[in-house]
Amino acid sequence: MTPEPILQVKNITKAFGGIQALNGVSFDVYEGEILGIIGPNGSGKTTVVNCITGFIRKTAGEVFFRGKDISRKPPHKIADMGITRTFQIMRPYFTLPAYKNLVIPLFSPRAKRTGGWRGGGKLGDRKTVGIDILEEIGFERDSFVPYKLASSLPTGYLKRLELARCLALKPDIIFCDEIFSGLSMSEISSMVPLIERLQMDGITLVMIEHRLRELFRVANRVMVLNFGEKLMEGTAAAVMADEAVKKAYFGSEKIEELIGDVNG
Amino acid sequence: MQTGQQRKERIDRGIRIRSDGLYALMSWRELSYLTLPRLALIAGMLTLPLVLPGMYWQRVVSIACIYALLALSFDFLAHFVGLVCLGGAFFVGTGGYLAAILNTSFGLPPVMTIPLATVLGAALCTLLLLPCLPLRGVYFAIVSLMYPLFAMRVIEALNIFGGTDGILGIDSFSSRWTEQYAVIGATLLFLFGTRRLVNMDIGLVLRGVKDNDQAIRASGMNITRYKTLAVFIASAMGCMGGAFLVHIYMWSGISQFALDFSILPIAATVIGGSGTLAGAVIGCLILVPISELLRDFGTLRIVFYAVILMGFIVFRSEGLLVYGQRKYHQFERWTTRL
Repeated sequence: MTPEPILQVKNITKAFGGIQALNGVSFDVYEGEILGIIGPNGSGKTTVVNCITGFIRKTAGEVFFRGKDISRKPPHKIADMGITRTFQIMRPYFTLPAYKNLVIPLFSPRAKRTGGWRGGGKLGDRKTVGIDILEEIGFERDSFVPYKLASSLPTGYLKRLELARCLALKPDIIFCDEIFSGLSMSEISSMVPLIERLQMDGITLVMIEHRLRELFRVANRVMVLNFGEKLMEGTAAAVMADEAVKKAYFGSEKIEELIGDVNG
Repeated sequence: MQTGQQRKERIDRGIRIRSDGLYALMSWRELSYLTLPRLALIAGMLTLPLVLPGMYWQRVVSIACIYALLALSFDFLAHFVGLVCLGGAFFVGTGGYLAAILNTSFGLPPVMTIPLATVLGAALCTLLLLPCLPLRGVYFAIVSLMYPLFAMRVIEALNIFGGTDGILGIDSFSSRWTEQYAVIGATLLFLFGTRRLVNMDIGLVLRGVKDNDQAIRASGMNITRYKTLAVFIASAMGCMGGAFLVHIYMWSGISQFALDFSILPIAATVIGGSGTLAGAVIGCLILVPISELLRDFGTLRIVFYAVILMGFIVFRSEGLLVYGQRKYHQFERWTTRL
């Protein structure tokens, strides 16, 4: 692991009126790692992502990407630098077929510069590139699935489409907001290798999850949020063993039961 | 034994499925399946001035085409960019006044004033609407409705551009045939142009703005930029309509900011089929002549007009073209569900 973090988050604070959603959360993300963010409902996980990617304005705090201050940048500038995100409530372009959904991100300035995922700086026909990306992410190329309207796709494919939309930009960091939730066990078991492959491709992933068993399998480090504050940060094993986390998150001693056979 | 319910089954025609991608066209029959409806529309519009009796109805066609430009602009913005724009009258007024000023003060002929008014007017409208672009849906509709009212009062209060009298003595077209075919040509050009645009890559981005603007931002694109582009295109259509109008009437006045130009195109889009673009044009070609026919009834025509509109909204809310497309592309048959 490189000592210099790719993303530094310093003391971000967010208040919605009187509600303190985030209170001085700081953490680093290192190049090529998978960082998991967990926490009970309402602990501010999605707000962290929204603050970093610029979708909501922070009350205070700074974010540095490769040493550059991106705290005050609008979301499209941040995405253009290579920090992309998926949405917890999936947001495809419902009236367009799946492969045309990808034509849109491929039209962005960043995709034109980088050539899209796997593109060597040159972007071909956007529809073809879109189908290529969909195939890599698990859409069957010779079936009708890539040509179906996004509104008629099942959840599993929509989650992949969200990820594909990020990949079209050839991102450096992807924030995955609950990419496992709502999926069946078999869909998850095919999603996990996909996540691992993205990491091997050198993409840094920050994953917000409720499905701890799957998250702990892929995450290098895990950060726990509780009531808008950072409770702790460490390896999956350390988080599992921590008493404060057990109390805050699980409310009982049932953590081993929830995690199950994470180690084997 | 209980008999099952009757229900209508709809099946796509095989030819429709094959002709979805152009590469699959195998025969003249399939080619004509795709091109004939389009050719029929073009040929129909081009022959209209020839078959209609007298100047009066020819003039009605010109006015219908101007409304068609506005309806296209509305349909494009509302159904492909997600901006419900009630500012059609503002586009007409801006384009109209610009063409009038260019003609009377600078002495430019209609050949010059119409393209100039289109481009300059669109730039002006876009610039003025720029502060409202972050608004979505009905909020944008409310604000854009204020623009024509505002412009009308400004001209009235400041007594500029001829005040309430308007600008008189504008050149007309060299002949009524030039007038007719210029307007019809422009309508067809913009119709097929916008249809092409919404299916191009940049058009997909615009449709993305409608479906989901947050995802566009997450993809590293500035929504305001694309909305600006869309408003420029739409207001160009409206401004061109306005420029045609002042040269046809040889007069430009504050009635060009009248709300008719905002409302009638919307009604036409509803009747023709929203989101089809061609439906907007067809809707205008139906509504404007009907409104002329009803002129004999005096004020009662508004009542008839409203009844026709209500009938359409209640019984054929999908619009004529969507209904027609369905009949054209699909078989329908009654089946019994057991």
